[in-house]
Parts: sequence; structure tokens; C-alpha cells
Amino acid sequence: MAIRERLSGNEAIATAMKQINPDVVAAFPITPSTEVPQYFSTFVADGAVDTEFVAVESEHSALSACVGASAAGGRTMTATSANGLALMWEVLYIASSLRLPIILACVNRTLSGPLNIHNDHSDSMGARDSGWIQIYSENNQEAYDNMLMASRIAEHPDVLLPVMVCQDGFITSHAIENIDLVEDSKVKDFVGEYVPDMYLLNKENPIAVGPLDHFTHCFEHKRQQAEAMKIAKKVILQVSEEFSRLTGRNYSLFEEYMTQDAEVVTVVLNSTAGTAKYVVDQLRAQGKKVGLIKPRVFRPFPVDELATALSRFKAVAVMDKAESFNAAGGPLYTDITSALYSKGVFGPKLVNYIYGLGGRDVKADDIEFVYNQLLEITGTGKVDSVFNYLGVRE
Amino acid sequence: MATVFKKPHALRDVPLHYCPGCTHGIVHRLISEVIDELGIEGSTIGVSPVGCTYNNYLYFNCDMVQASHGRAPAVATGIRRALPDKTVFTYQGDGDLAAIGTAEIVHAATRGEKITTIFVNNAIYGMTSGQMAPTTLLNQVTTTTPYGRKADLHGFPIHVCEMLATLEGTAFIERVSLHDIKNINNAKKAIKKAFEVQLAGKGFSIVEILSTCPSNWGLNPLEAMKWLQENMLPVYQLGNFKGKDLEV
Repeated sequence: MAIRERLSGNEAIATAMKQINPDVVAAFPITPSTEVPQYFSTFVADGAVDTEFVAVESEHSALSACVGASAAGGRTMTATSANGLALMWEVLYIASSLRLPIILACVNRTLSGPLNIHNDHSDSMGARDSGWIQIYSENNQEAYDNMLMASRIAEHPDVLLPVMVCQDGFITSHAIENIDLVEDSKVKDFVGEYVPDMYLLNKENPIAVGPLDHFTHCFEHKRQQAEAMKIAKKVILQVSEEFSRLTGRNYSLFEEYMTQDAEVVTVVLNSTAGTAKYVVDQLRAQGKKVGLIKPRVFRPFPVDELATALSRFKAVAVMDKAESFNAAGGPLYTDITSALYSKGVFGPKLVNYIYGLGGRDVKADDIEFVYNQLLEITGTGKVDSVFNYLGVRE
Repeated sequence: MATVFKKPHALRDVPLHYCPGCTHGIVHRLISEVIDELGIEGSTIGVSPVGCTYNNYLYFNCDMVQASHGRAPAVATGIRRALPDKTVFTYQGDGDLAAIGTAEIVHAATRGEKITTIFVNNAIYGMTSGQMAPTTLLNQVTTTTPYGRKADLHGFPIHVCEMLATLEGTAFIERVSLHDIKNINNAKKAIKKAFEVQLAGKGFSIVEILSTCPSNWGLNPLEAMKWLQENMLPVYQLGNFKGKDLEV
């Protein structure tokens, strides 16, 4: 029987970590992810886990310690937000290129400056090309579930890539929701023992981790890393299917909500998808054919699947909670237009909305405005403005 | 009628956001009095940290720059090098200076940057609500050391003044406390001397100020002062570590 609980998003992540019982957790507090290592340190102090917990002096050291622990063959986790993730930047690339299956709970917060502790996706979006698998979570349940699946995905011998499990700072990290927890023994069976193929001081196979890698081999290693990211897509689906059999909760690369006969959809990550679903329900009651696509897996980017799904609609609004400052749309928009073009999908009219930067609240009315704009586009066939900002004072 | 008490001009007349019993307000006042007495308002620039005093630019009557977590000494270095005739100070807590920013403080000090650092040590991470800091005392309970800091698990408290005193670039180093009037007066003297050392171009100066965090220590303000005296003073010995007799 699943365990009914009421947990905040941070508690949910810490609970998943407790059930997984990793070998090493190294972290440095930063709002709003601070509670994750804080709750976890209590589990350590109480002997509820066997984990070595290291309260390091910075995020750079946190992820560096994770690199060491993972290279040593340990199951390794950390948590951070915003500038903490930015301070990890150098080591993010080291971890992925060394193919170390570290798990990072990213509690999304806007990246300074200006200094701001509230939610947007500028932190993890900036790390989108760092070679980490990125999984986004609408609510506490999804954050918990994604965390349970993360180790399985990361440690798969054909993947061996670090995984970032993202959720919205404060909005879900600090909001208490009902949640179904999986029993400890089932988590243990599902996640399994981590038996790395290569690790330090394996007498049968001595290794050097991260040695100099010039033009004779570096390109091949990058190519292998890119291949692992491609393979990760299949592995994510396999693990999700297995998780579905365990819990009855279904996960894919993205979620479609009310899309079957939809003419227009928004594409939106994390907690705003919850708001958008509410708006979809309201508009559906008025007979409007609206739907929602919620990407769950952003890295690897599901190019084929998203292009196929989006080809069915007349107008699509891609919602970005991060600015690219490229004068040409947010990161999700750029990837989606690229996917559609590469797959020869030119049917849907596409618009981009940058929203919620620095924690600006996004209300149902705002989302409804976007749907109404899309419906107007389907009526006129004309797009007046491709790049738009939602809820900003101009 | 003679004015016997007034706010220093360098401290803006606005309410502070700090918790009841927090000693940041005293530190702000002492720095401001020193700026007034030295007549350096208008030629002084501050660098704000990340931590509880992240927005102290609202309180000091001078231009300030918000640094990334721990980077205040590096930012201050840049300001002082660009404006060599101005006075530059950083205001940092133990999370900012003694954890994430350890490299910056050590290297600004060893380069002998002509800046002044006001280092507020309350033995805990205040802003993120009470986790173990590098300055946390052995056996001190924090949210990440619920059964107390243990040397074998969590290491030892870091002694910043003693560490920096080994560096040749440092000119003035003193540790003070705020637990009574006498010590508050001593703290002011040390802060003034630290600024004077900078004004005289002698090198890097730092004042470590033992402070309270009643909210995260779980004590009322009076108990917190007592806790500081009984627990912090034996570990963090007060006094001058360098530059006591420096001519300024």
C-alpha cells in the first residue's frame, strides 16, 4: 500500500533521498533548496541512513566532493539552487564528461543578478548544455517520483550521466501537498544496489579519472557522451514504465493534457502547468479547444516526439520562465522551433511568451490571455508578435 | 539645548530588518560613527555580502555594491584599485567570509589590498536559518548538527584572525565582541583603527566581531549575550593579532 503523506517539495525530495540511502551527500545551503540537505542531515544524525553527509563550504566544493565520491564508486547526491548551481558550473561539465551518475535536486530560483530568491528557470536553463539529464516536476509528487527514478536512469550502464531533478522554488518546494510515498522496501528494490563498472582502487581494472584528453581522443569522448544522452531517452521511458507498474503513476517524456481534439496548446514546464491545466478546464467548459503540453524531460530534448505531437495543432504558445537574452526567444522556444524545423513541421503558428521572471506571479488570467491570443491567431491566421512578455510593466 | 545623543549621519534613519536582539544593528552604528568621525562619508564605498546583511546598502549612507556570495573582498579589490584614493570596506558574515568566500579573503589579505573588512562571526548560518558554519563551536547544536558539532564528523571551528595573521600582507587584525558596553567601545576603537590603517595606506585590515544570533541559537537576546560570553569567548580569544602599534 502506498503511504499517504503531506509533504513540501523539499521534504519530498529529502524523503526520496532517505529511501534511496545514498553513500555520500555533499551540500551547501542556499535558498530555496536549503531544506533538502537540512532534512537529510537530520536523517543522518538519527541513523536513519548510512550516508556520509558533508557540510562543505561552497557549492563548488559540494559538487567536487560528489565527483570524488562518485568516482570512488559511491551513489552520490546533492541539492542546490540559482547561484549555487552557477558556482557548480565548472564541475557540472566535469561530472557529465566523466560520466558520473550524480543526482542533483535543483530547486529552481532566479539566477542573480539582480539578487532575488524567487522562482524562475534561469538557473537550470543556463545549465542546459552542461551534459546533465534534466527532468522537470509540476508538483511535489512528481518531484518525489522523478527523484526515485533519477538514480536508475543515471546509473544505467548505457547512460552514466548525471541527472538534475528540477522543481519550482517556493511554489512547490515550500508548499505542502498530499503525496503518495512508495514503501521503503519497494524503493529499495526499484532503485537497487549501485554496482559501478569502474571505480577507484578496483585491483582488476586500475583507472585514472579525468586525465588530460587532447585532440587525439577528446572528440570521441564527447561523441560518446552525446550518444549516451540519446540513449538516455529510451532508458528514461523504460524506467518510467517500470515505475508506472510499481505505482500506477504514468510518466513519459512530456505530458499531454486535453490535447486530443485541441486546436491550440501552450507548452509549459513545472508548476505553471498546474495553473494552465486549471485554465484549460475553464476554457474547455466554454467549448474552446485548448490543451497543454508539459515537457518533463528537457535534456535529452525529445525532438521527434515533440515535433510529432505539436504538428497536430494550429497554434502553439511556448512559455519560457527564463530569458535567453539572444533577442530571439527563450530557451524552450528555441529548442522547439529547432525541433519543428528539423522535422519539417511548418503547420502550427508558434509564439513565445517569457513569463514569471524573478518570481513574478503568473495567474490564471495571464494564462487565459495567452490561450485567447492563440485562438485569435487561429481565427485570423496572422501572428502579430512572435516574441512576447507576459505580465511585465513595459 | 545641547544634543547629547544622535544617530550618526552615515547611518540612514530607516528601520533595520534584523531580528530582535541581533547585533548587526550595533555593528552598523559603530561603522557609521567611525565614518562620521573620520569625515569619510562621500569618499567611502561599501560592499554588501550575501547573508542576513545582504541589503545593508539600505542602511549606510554611502554607495555600495552587492557582491556574489563570498566575493566581497575581490569586488572591493577592484573598487579600490579603480579608485585608489577612496575608502572601501566589506561587511561579511561567517558564511560569506569563512565558508564560501575563504579563498577571496585569504588572497585579498595576502595581496595586502588596502581595504577594510568587517567580519561578523555569530557561529552559525543566519540567513538560511541555522545550519552549521565553519565557525560553529564544537558541540553547538545547529539544524545540520542536531546532536552538536563533532570534530570527527564536522571538523573544527575556523579561527579567521589567527589564520590571516600568518599572512604578510595583513596590516591590522583584531577580534572584538559586543557583549557589553566596554567591549562595544573596544569594537569601535578597532573599527576606527582598521579604517585609519586603510587611510594611511598600510595594507589590509580586518576586525572580527563576535556577535549573537538569538533567532537561530534559540535564545532570547539576553541569553544570547550570555551564551556568547560563556561559549564563544573561550574559543575565539579577543584581542589584537596584528598592527596594534601601527602608526596611522
